[in-house]
Amino acid sequence: MQSSLKLLKTAPPTAFLGLTILTVVLFAGVFAPWIAPYGETDVVGAPGLSIGGDFLFGTDQIGRDVFTRILYGARNTVGIALLVTAMAFFIGVVFGLISAVSSRWVDQVLSRLVDILMAIPPLILALLILTIAGTSVLNMVLVIAVLDSTRVFRLTRAVGMNVAVLEFVELARLRGEGTWWIVRHEILPNITAPLAAEFGLRFCFVFLFISALSFLGLGIQPPTADWGSMVRETSTLISFGIATPLVPAICIALLTVGVNLIVDWFLYQSGMRKE
Amino acid sequence: MHGTVSEFGNRAQGNGTSRAAILEMSGLRLEACSVDVWTPIVHGINLTVHKGEVLGLIGESGAGKSTIGLAALGYARDGCRISGGSILFDGTDLNGCTDKKLRNLRGKRIAYVAQSAAAAFNPAHRIIDQCIEVPVHMAGRRRSQAIKDIKRIFGLLQLPDPESIGDRYPHQLSGGQLQRAMVAMAMAGHPDLIVFDEPTTALDVTTQIEVMASIRHAVEHAGTAAIYVSHDLAVVAQMAHRVMVLRHGAVVEEGEVGAILHDPRREYTKALVSARQTSHAHRPVDTDDEVIISVEDVRASYGKSPVLNGINFEIPRQRTVAVVGESGSGKSTVARVITGLLPPDRGVVRYGKGILPSFYGKRTKDELRQIQMVYQMPDTALNPKHSVRDVIGRPLEFYLGLDKVQREKRIRELLSLIELDPDEFIDRTATELSGGQKQRICIARALAAEPSVIICDEVTSALDQLVGEEIIRLLNDLQSRLGLSYLFISHDLATVRAVADYVLVMRSGDIVDFGSTDAIFNPPYHEYTELLLSSVPEMRQDWLYKLLQDRDNKKATDLRKRIAAT
Repeated sequence: MQSSLKLLKTAPPTAFLGLTILTVVLFAGVFAPWIAPYGETDVVGAPGLSIGGDFLFGTDQIGRDVFTRILYGARNTVGIALLVTAMAFFIGVVFGLISAVSSRWVDQVLSRLVDILMAIPPLILALLILTIAGTSVLNMVLVIAVLDSTRVFRLTRAVGMNVAVLEFVELARLRGEGTWWIVRHEILPNITAPLAAEFGLRFCFVFLFISALSFLGLGIQPPTADWGSMVRETSTLISFGIATPLVPAICIALLTVGVNLIVDWFLYQSGMRKE
Repeated sequence: MHGTVSEFGNRAQGNGTSRAAILEMSGLRLEACSVDVWTPIVHGINLTVHKGEVLGLIGESGAGKSTIGLAALGYARDGCRISGGSILFDGTDLNGCTDKKLRNLRGKRIAYVAQSAAAAFNPAHRIIDQCIEVPVHMAGRRRSQAIKDIKRIFGLLQLPDPESIGDRYPHQLSGGQLQRAMVAMAMAGHPDLIVFDEPTTALDVTTQIEVMASIRHAVEHAGTAAIYVSHDLAVVAQMAHRVMVLRHGAVVEEGEVGAILHDPRREYTKALVSARQTSHAHRPVDTDDEVIISVEDVRASYGKSPVLNGINFEIPRQRTVAVVGESGSGKSTVARVITGLLPPDRGVVRYGKGILPSFYGKRTKDELRQIQMVYQMPDTALNPKHSVRDVIGRPLEFYLGLDKVQREKRIRELLSLIELDPDEFIDRTATELSGGQKQRICIARALAAEPSVIICDEVTSALDQLVGEEIIRLLNDLQSRLGLSYLFISHDLATVRAVADYVLVMRSGDIVDFGSTDAIFNPPYHEYTELLLSSVPEMRQDWLYKLLQDRDNKKATDLRKRIAAT
């Protein structure tokens, strides 16, 4: 704890900005029901009211308070994104490490499978599967987690292999240690920094992916609030000169930038990035 | 190398002190940053290099010799800064110079030769294109003219086929050739000063001689001043006019090469000069020794290329068998076959009377326990995230099944055995240890398994000379106390002489010479052993000159004999 406080003291202003954005969003998501002035799906005013006025961020196309829905959207989008990223990491790291320490043909089979998955554009594959399997949150989480785990797999395998060829790993093998022990004690502690950084990046991509799916109507379903679908639902308002659709869009952009700033700092800390 | 010997034979006399200074550092201070704290690493150095003079900087790692060498270019590595003093290069102070001015000087007037040429060349470009960058892009000379000039320098450095060698890519040159190509690159801009940073350290002894000879020839010929950084006093003695001995960022002693070698004033310098003369009393060789490991007709290969062509030898109990040879001779492969990392194509390895399974995965826990390894690079042999307690404790738990209390007691015993204070070191991680301490921990880890054989693969190569000697003393001491057998792999003949009972000389996968240490190191020599022995730099100023002269004479006599025979 003390060391992380010390680490926080050395954080550059950009990382602080990122941390502030992330904290605000998490806070909004967790406490949405208490902060929000209205209910998530309540129609509270005339449709398409502009920013300012009675409602802070105006109202959407059927008259729901946009500020309220932004708060709830943080809860849904960010929460699901976290869950998906965690799952993607679990799958990717486990298989990546197996690939890094196993015999050449295990590695070949796993790597080629991943190559096949990566060869198909993820958005199209996700659309296809969700259209066939039906658009439930569970399906979406599983599909994105599997698709994203391929990237995590690649990274874990690469950094894992760099460590796996070092002499202390060779020595552990010669000692007669099992694969799991080697992975757990010799390799994993040495690759946590790049993995942590990748977690932040992946989180951004997952989050954008969910927003994209929602925008296309296959992600989180109405009337649940989420930032991606909010952009889509209110998009027509922009042709009447109302800036409401920009609010969720800006939120998406801000969170993405914020997380990236934190990731940069992490990469710098782990010596993978200069300046 | 013909005809070059005489040209620099009289080098030692021309010591250039009367000439004007090209580089003058005064009160130079450097600092390094760790976790936002700047700590001084070089404490006010005064240094002068005259035109045409070669100054040797010598010291162990961390002495600040490379840092000072780089400061001569007005450069400080990442995380370092020049914090005080002046670096006058031909009248210009490089400390506080603008970047633009510095860029203009570097390459053209001051050049740098790094330790690892393989890492310093861009693998995607031809040698010649990289070498003429400075003259063409910085000095604005015509390309055709620069090419002509660099080919002349290639010739000066005795590179084979100077006309076309530049058309090759870096990977198509051998280590020694690449190092010389790098010297050519530094000389391309006809600089007034070249900084050589350990240019021969990564090379084999026989290659080192060629590179040393050609560097000296070229520097002599071009009249360039140079700073020659090395940890090896014997090498510096061949290259420099004057030597500066550094330790912990301060000057210990400075003087003419002859004075330092023959009349060192400080204790530290005395230790450096005498270091190579140590030798241990060999136990009498006894043919009735019980054999622990025997290697029988082992052939091994990486993929299709053969590495070992049928070798046989034995390791007797409580004896040290040394394997010497140059890189690529297959000496490390011997270790990989014995440990089971590389199953041989043919032949067997026996432990006592029984045959060991060829693949380590098929060996029993007890068979694995009996043979332990200590590696060359203690940095990569220790997991940076583990504490000393974890590192030594694991084999105790794994092989001997000790519980926590017993483990703690044994770890402390082992730490005392390797002469490290248990209270101080038990909680440290590898990153908090020096090179020598790391290597001691590696030895303790091997000992923890209570093995009968320890394979030491170049265990002192990555260490400073004096630290290496301590490790050797420790290994000898442990052997007599614990009755261990060692397989000691090394390219360093001086070290081998200090530890081995038997010596195996290897060359491209064959054992070319085998015998007791006394037999190997005394005449009559095997031809290849003699080449290796004569290539080890000695602490004599004229050693390189004499050696090259001898070899030239020998070649001439051989040629005469051949002509006479026909």
